Amino acid sequence: MRIPDIELLWWAGCPSTERALAELRAALDDVGLAGAEVRMTRVRDDHGARERGFVGSPTILVDGEDVAPAGDEDVGLSCRLYRRRDGQISPTPGREGLREALLRATRGGPQEVKP
Amino acid sequence: MTVSIGERAPEFQLPDTAGQTHSPDGAAATVVVFTCNHCPYALAWHERIVEAARDYADRGVRFLAINSNDAQRYPRDSYEAMQRRVAQEHWPMPYLHDSSQEVARAYGAQVTPDVFVLDGDRRLRYRGAPDSAYDDPSQDAAWLREALDAVLAGREPERPQTEPIGCSIKWRA
Repeated sequence: MRIPDIELLWWAGCPSTERALAELRAALDDVGLAGAEVRMTRVRDDHGARERGFVGSPTILVDGEDVAPAGDEDVGLSCRLYRRRDGQISPTPGREGLREALLRATRGGPQEVKP
Repeated sequence: MTVSIGERAPEFQLPDTAGQTHSPDGAAATVVVFTCNHCPYALAWHERIVEAARDYADRGVRFLAINSNDAQRYPRDSYEAMQRRVAQEHWPMPYLHDSSQEVARAYGAQVTPDVFVLDGDRRLRYRGAPDSAYDDPSQDAAWLREALDAVLAGREPERPQTEPIGCSIKWRA
């Protein structure tokens, strides 16, 4: 299986980084990529946010693609808002969404993953 | 600055989204919630805080939500955006604009949401998160409700302080 490039952009003003990383690690495990490297990139200031088109922390890129493509969010230092399938607002994308993004990257489309 | 449990909280006068001024005096208990329009933690807890505001309104408790974020860098927290949100969502509490950020600084607010429960003498009786889990609506703002029940019964809350969890307040540069 091809190992995609995985990057987690984070900002220190948000408490969700640890949880997002844990979700990402769990999702990697789900798709058989438990040992994959996750590049942690800290966004420190407005300049850095503009440079990366950073729309909030955490932002997770798989092969450079945002796992939850940004809508009309402003670029800047903030906590990112994710909306789960059940409508719940969350500060992280969630294991399920991450798993699907990883599957798309590794196999070319979402597939069922047995728990 | 920050307010410690048992100390008198600072007085303030802030405008709501209709231009009417509010202060934290004159109620049996007052809940001051620093919040904002876009923080996922503030939004995840919002409905629980709203429900508590409705449930305690008949018991002489007043809720004051305050947005202190720098609206220049975060336009989603502008006064106009606050007005639009209140109009759309029918809030049971005023949404106050702390444009100078002086009230947030005076209270030592750190994140959104950051909850302060004041007694009728404006002394701080609880400060922290609404409950233990932003992602579990069944928690129902339990820590906030516990604190309010204690204050209304003339008792000290058993849990006067918890760690507020949320997005850092966006201070002006």
